[in-house]
Parts: sequence; structure tokens; C-alpha cells
Amino acid sequence: MTVQLDARPPVAPAAGGHRRSSGRLSRLDTRYSPYLFVAPFFLLFAVFGVYPLIYTFWVSLHDWDLLGTDHPFVGAANYTQLLADGDFWHAVVNTLGIFVISTVPQLLAALWLANLLNRGLRARTGWRMAVLVPNVTSTAAVAIVFGVIFGREFGMANWLLDMVGLDPIAWKSDRVASWVAISAMVDWRWTGYNALILLAAMQAIPRDLYESASIDGANRVRQFWSITVPLLKPTIIFCVIIATIGGLQLFTEPRLFHSGTNPIRGGSLRESQTVTMYMFENAFAPHYNFGYGSAVAWLLFALIALVAAVNVLVLRRLGGSGMGPGKGADR
Amino acid sequence: MSRLWRASPLTYLALVVAAGMSIFPIWWMFVVASRSSDAMGQLPPPVTPGGNLGANIARLFDNTDAYFLTGLINSTIVAVTVTVSVVFFASLAGFAFAKLRFRGRNALLLTVIATMMVPTQLGVIPLYMLMTRLQWNDRLPAVIVPALVTGFGVFMMRQYAGQAVSDELIEAARMDGCGTPRIWWHVVVPALRPAAAVLGLLTFMTTWNDFLWPYAVLNDPANPTVQLSLRALSDGYYQDMSQVFTGTAIATLPLLLVFVLFGRQIIGGIMEGAVKA
Repeated sequence: MTVQLDARPPVAPAAGGHRRSSGRLSRLDTRYSPYLFVAPFFLLFAVFGVYPLIYTFWVSLHDWDLLGTDHPFVGAANYTQLLADGDFWHAVVNTLGIFVISTVPQLLAALWLANLLNRGLRARTGWRMAVLVPNVTSTAAVAIVFGVIFGREFGMANWLLDMVGLDPIAWKSDRVASWVAISAMVDWRWTGYNALILLAAMQAIPRDLYESASIDGANRVRQFWSITVPLLKPTIIFCVIIATIGGLQLFTEPRLFHSGTNPIRGGSLRESQTVTMYMFENAFAPHYNFGYGSAVAWLLFALIALVAAVNVLVLRRLGGSGMGPGKGADR
Repeated sequence: MSRLWRASPLTYLALVVAAGMSIFPIWWMFVVASRSSDAMGQLPPPVTPGGNLGANIARLFDNTDAYFLTGLINSTIVAVTVTVSVVFFASLAGFAFAKLRFRGRNALLLTVIATMMVPTQLGVIPLYMLMTRLQWNDRLPAVIVPALVTGFGVFMMRQYAGQAVSDELIEAARMDGCGTPRIWWHVVVPALRPAAAVLGLLTFMTTWNDFLWPYAVLNDPANPTVQLSLRALSDGYYQDMSQVFTGTAIATLPLLLVFVLFGRQIIGGIMEGAVKA
């Protein structure tokens, strides 16, 4: 995870190297062209990326809705109301629940899958494509398909449970069960992707480390936990951060898992309404309460930052091997 | 490869299970799309295609709630425009960051990287207000324009340009009196082509898939993207599931096609990005 700034010195404008005839124009060119080249990105991102995010905070300090002609400044009122809002905390718990249930098995499975793929396989590309294909399907389509698989009466999940002699589960109306079903969707989509990222990092580990370990009598399992995993730590942290940013903003899967009346609530008792869905419910149809929705957005932002920071701190401390944190797999 | 651990039959067995779990939901989606409505409730689930695909497609395109054809056309327009734009601007900026020297370069590059970590999805409310002011609500510019650049694209092109574009060639072109724009076109663009292809594929797939923002800003049911058509089908009061699955299958098809044709490059892009980033 290193970005090498100035890894190789870029081409200097080479002041003396230009022909005399094109002197002034060429000096203007070497001086200003770089800015011209990067400007479109920064302009567009400023207008459609940064400005909305900052303005969200401004809006969150106002009583602001779609139809109201004026929107008085209310200070932190939206936030205090939100902190006392049971539905908001309900959504926070849902989001964290789905996040934990999905991310932990997902990364463990990805690690295991990467370990399988990191062997002398026949049809290497074929296997990689097979595990990546869920990632390239349409999220909305998958959510609809999984909504049927986890259906109450004729769903495949309950049928499988029945085959092994278990009672059917109300996947959509039981709170924790709906988290599990949505996590299954998320994991189905992202496990292969993370496996490939971990595989890339695994392949960069020098082989002789394993050779000397096996001379020292470490078996394969031991090698995996004391060489592979510690050296993968920067990549694992990367995967966790990506999963945190994406997972805490989860929207499409839980939204389309439910259909029928008012699905933006994530079930009749908000069984699986995530924070992003709650933001959406307040800020857009039917309420169009921009101020309150913006406060939800900012608290979610804070939550993401907090969870990401905690994750990084915990992971850094875990599994302190001989290698310093962040050293091994930097390349 | 000879020094890799050998794969045992058990390895293959585990991989077959993993691959099966990956592929089965997609396969089943296409099976149901090709059968009549009662295929949905059949247990064990049918695994062979039926002969109803044509009829299902016909009913899907006749569905007056979903505007499925409009959705397909709109998604194509949006995804193609965004892809061309992202690749174009990313190759300009990526080249500048990798190969040109200018004041503030490193700080600007760090800003680009920081933007990749920003959950821009949280800015949808002001973005919606902005679109209202521009009177772009319910119209395609609302979903196209905010997506025209990505920090990820700039960063990816910068990483690739650093190693793929030869300094000597740039210097030689300068000596011949080439300005920076011509150098970009004649020296940089040809060298960036492989990375541009991967970035284009990834961008196309992400854009095609986008749901939250189109859902927020395209409220006119008669002018959806294809993902919104799926939502309309799925939320419909009376659900004809073989028709819904025909919709999901068709919406997934372009992505699968891209993946089958360019899977190797996409995998290469994801894995290289992971190591280099």
C-alpha cells in the first residue's frame, strides 16, 4: 500500500533543450500544460464530489425541506433530534450487524480461497474467473434473485434447511435472519474479489521464506499463519477498509431484498433498514426532509471514519510477528 | 510455476464447490428466465433451460410499468458516455502526474488518493438540490455529469504511465518541438492503451450497475436506467417472477459478455492494482 511519490524523477522541462524558435510558446506549454491536464478532474470532482459533501453539513444545520420556501438555521437541532431517534439507532445496529456478519466470514473465506488459488493449478484463469464472476453481475439483479432464494414458502434456502431436517426460517421478517440473508448476498459478491487481491499479495511473497521454514520443521498450516498471514497484513488492512467504506453504506442489496409496500424501510418493522436507507427515506420520497437526511449522512460519515480507525488499530496490534507492521508486502 | 505448492484433488474439489456457489445463482436466474412462471416455486430447483425465453422477453418489453427498453437504451448511453469520459480525463491527469513536473504535484496527487476514500454517496442530498437547480432531475445528464471523472481512474493511469511511458521517447519528442498535448496523443496514449482498456471495462460495469443515485434523481418511471426498471419490476404489485428474472438476466447479460471476452484483462487489472497501489 505504498504510493511512491517521485519514485523516478519525471522528465524535467529541460530549459536549455528547446529550439530557440519555439521558445516562449514552449515555456508556456511546459509550465501550464500540467495544470491543464489535471484541471478537469479537480474541477468536476470539486463540483460534484467535494462540494456536495461539505454542503451536506451546511444543510444539516437547517430546517430544510423540498417545498419550504425558507429554511431557517437551527444549529444542532437535527443532530439532537437524531441522537434521540430510535429508528436511527435501530438502523445503526442493523448496519453494524450486517457489516460484522458479512465481513468476518468474507475475509476468512477470501483468505482460504486465495490460498487455494495460489497453487499450481490447471486452467488458472478459468478458476479465477469463476470466483470473480459474482462481482461483475448487476447488484440489483442479484438482490432480486437472492430475495427469491430466501423466500419464505418456496425459497431454496428453506428447502435446503428442510433437507437437513431444520425448520424453515423467516428470512425477511426476522431481524437477525434478514441480516444473515443480506450478508450472504454481500459475501457472494465480494469474496472472490478479495480473494484475488489477497492472491496478488501472496504471489509476491518470496518462496525461500517457505523453504527455510519447512527446513525448520514448520508444517503448511503453521507456515500459513506465521508467514503468509503476517506478510499479508497491509493487504488485509486494505481489504478491511474497503469493506468498511462499502459495507457501512450498504443500500442496494437490503433495499431490493424487500419488495411490497414501503420497501425503503427494509421490512415492515425495519428489520434490515441500513443507515443509508434511513438517510434516503428521510431525504427523498416521501418526506424530502433535506436537513434531517443530511444529519444522517454526516453521522454515518463519522461512523465510517470511526469503524475504519478502530479496525486499523485492532489489526495492527493483532498477530505481531517478527515483521514490522506494514513492511513485508510493500511492493 | 514449478515451485508452487502442488494442487491436490482436494484443492480441486474445494474450488469446484466455490465455483459452483459463484455460478449457480446466475445460472438459475437464466434458467428461470427461460421457463414459465411456475419454475419459480419448483423444488428442487430446475437446472436446465426451458423454451419460454422468447415469450418472457416479449411480455417484459410489453410491460408498461418497467419501461425496460428505455432503461436499456438509457443505461447504454450513460455507461458509454461515462466510460469514454473517465478514461479520457484519467489518461490526461495520470500522464501529468506520472511524467510532468509542476509545482504542487505531490500534494495534488495525495488529494486524488484521498478522494478515493471519500464516501461521496453521502453527498447525494446537495447533489439532488443542485440537479433541481440545473433542472436536470429525471434527465440523463443528472446521472452522467457527476460520474465524468474518478480518482480511482486518475490514480490507476498514473501508476501505469509511470512504468509504461518511456521518458526517452517524451524527451525525444520535445527535442523535435512537440508540445505537451501532441506528446500526450502520439507518445502517451499508445502506451497507455492496455490500462485504458481495463479502466474502461471496470468503469462501464460500475456505471451500468449504479443504483442509489439514479434511484434518487430519476423519479420519472418512464425514463429509468435498466437497474431502475428492475426495481419497478421487483416492486410491482403483481409479480410475474419469470418476467422479473428475464429482466435481471438481460440486465446482467452485457456485464457477463464483457467479462467473458475480457476476463483475463479485468483480473490482471484488479490484481496488479492491488499490488502496486
